[in-house]
Amino acid sequence: MLRIPCPYCGPREEVEFHYGGPAHVARPELTASDREWSHYLYFRQNPKGPYRERWLHAAGCGRWFNVLRDTVSHEIHRVYLMGERGE
Amino acid sequence: MQRYSLLRVLGHALRRNRHWGQAWRSPPLRKSYDVVVIGGGGHGLATAYFLVRKYGVRSVALLERGHIGQGNSGRNTQVTRSNYFYPVSSSFFDHSLKLYEGLGQELNFNVMFRQDGLIALVHSVHELESARRWANAIRMNGVDAEMLDEAEVRRLVPILNAQPRFPIVGALMQRRAGISRHDATVWGFARGASAYGADLIQNCEVTGLRRSGDRITAVETSQGVVGCERVVMSVSNHCSVLAGLAGFELPITTMTLQAMVSEPIEPVLDPCVISSAIHAYVSQSDRGEIVMGGGADVFNSYRQRGSFHVTRGILAAVLELFPSFSRLKLMRQWAGAVDISPDTSPIMGLTPVRGLYINCGWGTGGYKAIPAGGDTMAYTVAHDEPHPLITRFDLGRFERGALIDEGAAAGVAH
Repeated sequence: MLRIPCPYCGPREEVEFHYGGPAHVARPELTASDREWSHYLYFRQNPKGPYRERWLHAAGCGRWFNVLRDTVSHEIHRVYLMGERGE
Repeated sequence: MQRYSLLRVLGHALRRNRHWGQAWRSPPLRKSYDVVVIGGGGHGLATAYFLVRKYGVRSVALLERGHIGQGNSGRNTQVTRSNYFYPVSSSFFDHSLKLYEGLGQELNFNVMFRQDGLIALVHSVHELESARRWANAIRMNGVDAEMLDEAEVRRLVPILNAQPRFPIVGALMQRRAGISRHDATVWGFARGASAYGADLIQNCEVTGLRRSGDRITAVETSQGVVGCERVVMSVSNHCSVLAGLAGFELPITTMTLQAMVSEPIEPVLDPCVISSAIHAYVSQSDRGEIVMGGGADVFNSYRQRGSFHVTRGILAAVLELFPSFSRLKLMRQWAGAVDISPDTSPIMGLTPVRGLYINCGWGTGGYKAIPAGGDTMAYTVAHDEPHPLITRFDLGRFERGALIDEGAAAGVAH
């Protein structure tokens, strides 16, 4: 179970959140090849270590944000707003 | 290999069981092999076994980072079934079920396969409609499936909740489905592979894959470099990491799936019972433990530790179906990291790197496929072309849009 620091509400239990999968996945142009399109739809970075993902504070403020979390230790390194790159 | 038999057991008993040999050899890693199998789980071991036993490959090494069968093969809930919706899935998984039916004889090792069936409960009229469609599809695929009414369900599973919150209006049953002992499957394949000449190397982590052009030439490991012509990746949750070493990407997400067992009790539950709506599956092992599982944790993780609220959700669902289990002590809870593919079907076959073959994406249901996964992957490696049963499970299907979406049809529990 994670304890996620919502940038708007502060730290809350994981059960208050919905998971949004990987962050910063950009939709390709409509002229994209089948290969590019399939990579957009299905292929995901699946790193063992730091991972950028999206969470929705569904049972709180109802807002989306990004999280940089380690997939081994589950430690949350950084929380940043939608539209930011979190560098 | 010392064959196991009644006479052998009696003979060793007379000598106070002090002279049983090791079940498999532990040879040193050689400089080169024809085929290297990465991953000492069920699929990797079965692949090594069929390579040496059936397809005549002489020189095979299997590399395992930790110990044999300590990953998902040692963490699953040992259910085997073949009631899949699409013909391509049905034919593959039924091949696996048939191999399980003869596996004890094949391996000379009792895997305790017990075909008491699998019952998928139906809780509403709408679910009944889709279950009937599912049953018809399975029968069209040539696999056994039958619809049960509530009375028949209760006759087969008398301890089901008499007044459930979600009424039981029927069930879909596959009678040939069953459970076996997962450790025995692992040990049986390890012993067999070793006996027919494969080298099983434990505590040997793969750290790199060497290529010459687009061809694989060697595997770098913590015990040195191994030259080889062909490599099979059979590492479930770490497949993306390994594919990264080889220079390509996979459509895999690694997540956490947990399961748990109660203290052992007298036999009370013959078939495996699944409820997709309540999100739980339950069986009783031959040791008497009630084995329980449910859905996966939602986020990416390699940690092998499940969240407590998911544990609680699974237990609540199980107790809704079987209130009498509320008095049982929970003996163990554990989690594995599983490799989920976009369509919940496995990815098997060739890769962009020549001589490198992949077997992954089993997600929450790889145990049932161990014999067929090993058989078809061994064929694929030996012939350098996909086995006829797995051609459509290739990596390229995502580019073609030819997904095999069992996610909806296969239900919660694989």
